[in-house]
Amino acid sequence: MTTRHSKAGNGSDVALQEWRGPWRRYDIVKEGVIAVVVVSILTLLLAGIFSSPDEPQLTFQGWATSAPDNFYATAVQELAGTSESAGYGPPYNTAADGVAVGPIAPQQWFGVTHPVDPPNDFVLTPLRSQQQSADVTAALAAWDSATADQQISWASDYDSALTDAGGDLTQLAPGDYGPVPVLAQGLTDMATSGALDGVLTARGAFYQTDATPQILFLGDGSYLDDAATAAHLQGNTWGMMNETGSYPGQAWLWLYSFWYQIPTFNSDNPDDYLTSHADALIFYIMAVLSLALLLLPFIPGLRSIPRWIPIHRLIWRDYYRRQARP
Amino acid sequence: MDQTYQVAGMNDPATYLSWGWLSISLPNLIVIVLMVVLFVLAIVLPFPKDRDQS
Amino acid sequence: MTTTRPAADTTPSPPIPDSAESPMWTSRLRRAWLAKLPPDKLLPDRQPAYVASWIYVFGVLTLAAFLVIVVSGLALAFAGPAWYHTSSLGHFTNSLHFWSVQLFFVFMVIHLWGKFWMAAWRGRRAMTWITGVVAFLASIGTAFTGYLMQTNFDSQWISFEAKDGLNAVGIGAFFNVTNLGQVLLLHACLLPLVVGAIVVWHVLLVRRHGVVPPIDAVPVTQPADTIGDPEVPR
Repeated sequence: MTTRHSKAGNGSDVALQEWRGPWRRYDIVKEGVIAVVVVSILTLLLAGIFSSPDEPQLTFQGWATSAPDNFYATAVQELAGTSESAGYGPPYNTAADGVAVGPIAPQQWFGVTHPVDPPNDFVLTPLRSQQQSADVTAALAAWDSATADQQISWASDYDSALTDAGGDLTQLAPGDYGPVPVLAQGLTDMATSGALDGVLTARGAFYQTDATPQILFLGDGSYLDDAATAAHLQGNTWGMMNETGSYPGQAWLWLYSFWYQIPTFNSDNPDDYLTSHADALIFYIMAVLSLALLLLPFIPGLRSIPRWIPIHRLIWRDYYRRQARP
Repeated sequence: MDQTYQVAGMNDPATYLSWGWLSISLPNLIVIVLMVVLFVLAIVLPFPKDRDQS
Repeated sequence: MTTTRPAADTTPSPPIPDSAESPMWTSRLRRAWLAKLPPDKLLPDRQPAYVASWIYVFGVLTLAAFLVIVVSGLALAFAGPAWYHTSSLGHFTNSLHFWSVQLFFVFMVIHLWGKFWMAAWRGRRAMTWITGVVAFLASIGTAFTGYLMQTNFDSQWISFEAKDGLNAVGIGAFFNVTNLGQVLLLHACLLPLVVGAIVVWHVLLVRRHGVVPPIDAVPVTQPADTIGDPEVPR
């Protein structure tokens, strides 16, 4: 039997033609109904026995109550512009250039489409929106009447001093920090009381569906990050595939998650090119692989794998057996 | 939230199996193993013959 | 007073072209449709005898799972995204949605494995394969927006992490994963329609081209009515 390799790669005119060979009964409607019944029963059983995950939302109140030192330190970083949000770049602000792979720099090209200004959006505007104690009010006035350079100087000095002191206010070196300590404490108190959650969500509006500032601020500290680590959701521990609790996660993301496990994309050195550009590079890798899967029928070699590893001979064993009979 | 029909412990952290940089949760492993088993069974299990075939 | 019934309208009809040759758009569409997908292909009662393996049920199982996903999703949509946090019935409905999605991907991937090992793209069935892969990728994207919609810790973390990948390639400028409103409408409205449309196209292609014959199938030299033909009385 000769094998002609057609454009589609696996030779034989039979695949191109209408089938003229033997038939068998097929009740497509019955098949569909049985499938729906079977899947419905399976779903009901699984849902009834195992339920589904629903870990409660984290709040700023939860953060400031369980990790007040970290909340305080993050508030200082927001004022100093040293938080991750403050230095992110597009689409939130122009503090950085964004990721570019050679000449391909779409993050830069599309610019700031969701403007977020951390010192004001996360700290100062929320403080100003509430009636505050006398010292916080005075601190806000002092901040507002200072020059931008003075503000940065106070905040970054305090940020450095706090870091050097390991977050312990009793170990803090003396210095000129202006109103920053009082502002940070004022925000921490707002968060502990629960007021900050409402203020950050509403942002002065009645309806609000955009949670961008809250997520960015929450992610700047360790509260969200620690909860994710505890739940095995970090990117470098296959977290993309995982789910909270003992539930199966998104197992179909295994290949996307895989690249983040490779030490080259995952090193401790933030200046390493592959690590600092991992998000873009891995996305492009997955795009290429997806395209390869999509265009598989046209890729020589790959499309011949089913012929080389003949699992099909098991699937169609009855057919081949009948063909072999004289 | 009290789920009285929930198997106890579903909200507890999953068991993780690790070999070097490979780390998989037990529930995910079960799903994947199940898929492979289903695939193999689907291919090897005999399919009912059509009534009219000898 | 007598009432007279109106006389029957006996005005002769204007000549309407025979639909087999009519240049009307409707007639042309009907002819093209019936040529490609006549009723016995659209709703067949027979299939080639080589379609005899359990691997073939995974396509319809995937479809069935999709149906359960949509129905449970509609129930969740009706009551809003926060319902399931505070209602037992809501949580159960969410569980139905969660597990039907797990089943959906299990069945779909097994279906993909089967079609790969059968090299099911042969015989000008490349579009069937392509629409299948697009449906797979679109489903992953749709599931992703669903995970973002949970309004719980998981969605907080997923949106926080996912924004980086999407921002790095510029998609984040348009698709803001931390914007619940956008995510909600994408997941509950736009993406199910997109996936649904692709799936319909995929299934129609299967119906049109038929199930791919075995690799190295021998051209049929004997007539179809000698082996297993349901028309032949036994």
